[in-house]
Amino acid sequence: MALTLLVLLPLVGGLLVLLLGKGSEGRDRLVKQTALAISLATFAASIWLWMGFDPASADFQFVERYTWLPDFGISYHVGLDGITLWLVLLTTFLTPISLLCSWESVNQRVREFSFFMLLLEAAMIGVFISLDLFLFYVFWDAMLIPMYFLIGIWGYEQRIYAAVKFMLYTMAGSVLMLLAIIWVAYYHQQVTGVISFDLLDLYALDIPAGLQTWLFLAFTLAFIIKVPVFPFHTWLPDAHVQAPTAGSVILAGVMLKMGTYGLLRFSFPMFPEAALQFAPYLAVLAVIGIVYGALVAMVQPDMKKLVAYSSVSHLGFVVLGICAMNVNGVQGAVFQMLAHGVSTGGLFLVVGMLSDRRHTKLISEYGGIKAVMPKLVGMFMLITLASIALPGMNGFVGEFLIFVGSFAWNPWMTSVAVSGVILSAVYMLWMFQRVNFGPMTNPKNKGLRDLSPREWAVIAPIVAMCIWMGVTPGVFLKPMEPAVRRVVEQVRGVLVPVNAALTLKTTSEVVLPDGATKTTSEVVSAAEGGAR
Amino acid sequence: MTSVLLLIPLLPFLGFVINATIGRRWSKGVTGGLATGAMAGAFGVSVYAVWTMLGLEPAGGVRAIDQVVFTWLASDALQIPFALRLDPLAALMILVVTGIGTLIHLYSTAYMHDETAPEFARYFSYLNLFASFMLVLVLGANFPVLFIGWEGVGLCSYLLIGFYFTKPSAADAGKKAFVVNRIGDFGFILGMLLLFTTFGTLDFQQLAVKVAEMSAEPAVWAGAGVLTVATLLLFVGATGKSAQIPLFVWLPDAMEGPTPVSALIHAATMVTAGVYMIGRNAVLFSHAPFTLEVIAIIGVLTALMAGTIGLVQNDIKRVLAYSTVSQLGYMFLAMGVGAFAGGVFHLYTHAFFKALLFLGSGAVIHALHGQQDMRYMGGLKRKLPITFWTFLVGTIAIVGIPPLAGFFSKDEILWKTFSTGHPVLWGLAVLAALLTATYMFRLLYMTFYGSARWSPGASAPGDHAGAKAPALHGLHDAPPAMAIALVVLVIGSVGAGLFGVPHALGGDNRIETFLEPSFHAMSVTGDTPALAEAAVAEAEHAPEAAHADTQTELLLMFTSVMVALAGIGLATVFFLKAPQRADAMAGQFSGLHRLLLNKYYVDELYNAVFVQPIKGVSTSVLWKGVDAGIIDGSVNGVGLMVRGWSAVLRRVQTGSVRAYAMSIFLGVVTILGYFLWR
Repeated sequence: MALTLLVLLPLVGGLLVLLLGKGSEGRDRLVKQTALAISLATFAASIWLWMGFDPASADFQFVERYTWLPDFGISYHVGLDGITLWLVLLTTFLTPISLLCSWESVNQRVREFSFFMLLLEAAMIGVFISLDLFLFYVFWDAMLIPMYFLIGIWGYEQRIYAAVKFMLYTMAGSVLMLLAIIWVAYYHQQVTGVISFDLLDLYALDIPAGLQTWLFLAFTLAFIIKVPVFPFHTWLPDAHVQAPTAGSVILAGVMLKMGTYGLLRFSFPMFPEAALQFAPYLAVLAVIGIVYGALVAMVQPDMKKLVAYSSVSHLGFVVLGICAMNVNGVQGAVFQMLAHGVSTGGLFLVVGMLSDRRHTKLISEYGGIKAVMPKLVGMFMLITLASIALPGMNGFVGEFLIFVGSFAWNPWMTSVAVSGVILSAVYMLWMFQRVNFGPMTNPKNKGLRDLSPREWAVIAPIVAMCIWMGVTPGVFLKPMEPAVRRVVEQVRGVLVPVNAALTLKTTSEVVLPDGATKTTSEVVSAAEGGAR
Repeated sequence: MTSVLLLIPLLPFLGFVINATIGRRWSKGVTGGLATGAMAGAFGVSVYAVWTMLGLEPAGGVRAIDQVVFTWLASDALQIPFALRLDPLAALMILVVTGIGTLIHLYSTAYMHDETAPEFARYFSYLNLFASFMLVLVLGANFPVLFIGWEGVGLCSYLLIGFYFTKPSAADAGKKAFVVNRIGDFGFILGMLLLFTTFGTLDFQQLAVKVAEMSAEPAVWAGAGVLTVATLLLFVGATGKSAQIPLFVWLPDAMEGPTPVSALIHAATMVTAGVYMIGRNAVLFSHAPFTLEVIAIIGVLTALMAGTIGLVQNDIKRVLAYSTVSQLGYMFLAMGVGAFAGGVFHLYTHAFFKALLFLGSGAVIHALHGQQDMRYMGGLKRKLPITFWTFLVGTIAIVGIPPLAGFFSKDEILWKTFSTGHPVLWGLAVLAALLTATYMFRLLYMTFYGSARWSPGASAPGDHAGAKAPALHGLHDAPPAMAIALVVLVIGSVGAGLFGVPHALGGDNRIETFLEPSFHAMSVTGDTPALAEAAVAEAEHAPEAAHADTQTELLLMFTSVMVALAGIGLATVFFLKAPQRADAMAGQFSGLHRLLLNKYYVDELYNAVFVQPIKGVSTSVLWKGVDAGIIDGSVNGVGLMVRGWSAVLRRVQTGSVRAYAMSIFLGVVTILGYFLWR
């Protein structure tokens, strides 16, 4: 029940909030407090799951399975592995922060806002824990609705355009994915005689290469629109600029990771041959996105748009790591998803705090504000450093692991990707300088107040996470490794030797259990021979 | 014992944490004392650790203390412990960083006294953090840990250069430093990746062992050896950090920071990192002769280029900055000809006299309330006696007059360059020495001699921006905290070279013997290859050859001293006796003068070739063209098309029953017609 509880808590809680009624200011306050309490309880529940999680196992844990629509082979099947454990924790961590950051800026339809936020949380958790493709699709689409309304109702001036664009882009991909889901379930029936939407059943299928190609492309298109991978990214800047802060935080923090998560859980392991065939092309798009996103981010006049384009760049790294499909690359990719979720969430929070005060997100409206708000600028600095991957902060770990993994796979593409290291420093520090340094030229900025206690409560956990994840990444990497290894083995069709002890010896040699010594390539080729 | 190493970077780091959080509420005495105390503590621990290290029996040819703090980054075969390692090279570095760092902290307590208490605390927190990262850099036992320090010092230079953040030029300079360093990091990261994929480890000692055992260099990419490519990539990183061609452009701008920060950057931390990194990986670089040639050539060219620019600059700190670039070129020349000990020796002596010169210039600027332009100085010799005499010692030391520190280290480099068969590089390096002597004495004369030109109202922008114009009678020499730092550095500038007196002068070059084990792969079998190699080297030098060598060495030494004296002479003629002659020269060669004054227009070139085109393309092509034009255009185009067709199709649904009846009728006729026709 543990996992179901995690979905039910925000779902039921959200409905409860709706019942609270509306009108008076006091009632709005109660609504906010209730919603925050529910999201905190969900966070606590997810921590409790983490405590009970076996870090050495590559299997799905806390598995629940109930038959739902037996005639169609659909069941309520959920579980958690070392990858989704962190993505769920990221979701439950960011939701209370998003609620708290909207405490003062959202004053209209508070009840509905809180409801949608909690509904969104439930759907996002659902997406991560689903082990049934139909269930996954239900959550996947359910997630769009609250986000559509969050942007469309509580957004900025052009919110309707942005909300519709967001919806259409995502739906275009989703429709293809739905077709592919039905197709693959139907294929299961053709081969085995029983229709099944169960992920584990579908993993076991041996799909012919030709069919794999079509199914892979359909799934992957849906996911890379979500990521977004160049050239499917143009919905993102609009959605971010128009979304309220809470929406941006969730959108950048969690929802973009749905795309990369989908690649890792569905596209690659379900259709491994097609995946390996298309990985280089996908990686090319990712690398273009890294450079392109950074260059376009550099020249944005709007802070939110800048951060949005930086996400295109940062998620390019994630996709590159997944395409490398080795343990370093994929672990780096998952870590980068978390790191980006925290640090980019943090950037949106800071921009939100500034725009709460000044009602503008234009860089040119600011300048020299360090003089009046040193605390906010200090936090801004730390999050910026995390975002530009300073060693010791969370951004470095993910990027470095991705580089290590992808360099072993394709040094040339990695060389281009590493240039993102330069560009991220350029666009982030340039923005940081224009906003915070220099003389205070705009008199409107003179009286800005520094962080309030509530804002401290919003930003301090983010900064703490940026540092914690950078200093002791092992806490996060270790429980992730078995699951990542399993995915790599699934896709590569090869047993990946556990070579942690390897570094003490020369790496080119592996001591096999029977005492014989072989080089790594021999082991791999032997395993490949066995697998084929 | 093992826990002691960590304390060395940890003490200043704690100083940073305290001053950055609660220190802003405390008085300046407390925060400054805390930061200086943390550095002094780190120095004390360093001395203790080095002392302990010296008492160890060499294992595998080298005395070293290892400390693994915890496993930092672990994924599959990539296992990166946060590991520290103290060996002779690191020992020398931590003593320099903590020793000179402490003096700079002490000096700063007086220099920065005009700042408000919170700003004062902020300054010292950054200063502590800077030292802490530099200590991680030199103590790190593997590439990623070094990289923590490497990026960390980049960050601190960003923070400290841009300390006066309300000044746009300071904020710009800070950003420039970080970005240029990041360009170097691009190469550095790729170098690390290539090494890891090839050798499966990033531990310095393991890498050295593997490289030393390697029979032939595996080729990557167009026949170039993997080590050649990897070391060239690492060297790109070094050019960024250590301000060499083509990435030197950030360092001269870095003097936007408070003057003690310049001293810290130029002497103890930051710019020495590139030289250190090459020394740390001496085994790798020794196996890449092509890279070494490149390093030597870049080094000597940088030395010459910076020296010529230094000749004409008028800002006292800018001259010193170019002097640092030039001296770093010397160090790279040493590395490039394989004289790793010589390069590090110069790094160590340079730390003393460059810190002394910067702090001395700070004392001048402090006295003149922020004046940095030497054209508005002059005649300060009697007004600022402590500053003058200490500055004079620093100048003589850097110029290379025996027996001061700079003479021995510079001479070691020149001799090694010549004796390894690089006469052309030697000639160029001697020319750079001539330039050094000339611009340093020009600086000395313009600042301390001649007429007092510091008229009120001639305040240049800089430290203490907006301060009152210097009053003629209010000049005060360095206050005690500053004076103590200057005097201690004088002792270093005079005596530091004595550790490296060459054999030719009857010394035993102890520093080379001390450092040498760090430049060899540790022997895993228990043999001592370092010693064995040294023995072979000694055998090669038969006594008679050694005698001839000694004669040549003495001759070269004599030449370089003469050249230095000639440089001083030139400066005396042009800038002390008859300054008008220098002006006349500048007028005569006005084109050249302008070229040098504008630093060969390198900044302008980079701006025109890289910065502006990238900005322009990003804005008009990528953002407005591809993003808004092509992609959004086609998406919106599809949208509009759908909408257009919907509008057309909507007309069909007129709501008129007759129209529907008509269409049904037409449909029936068509279908019937089709079947009948068939």
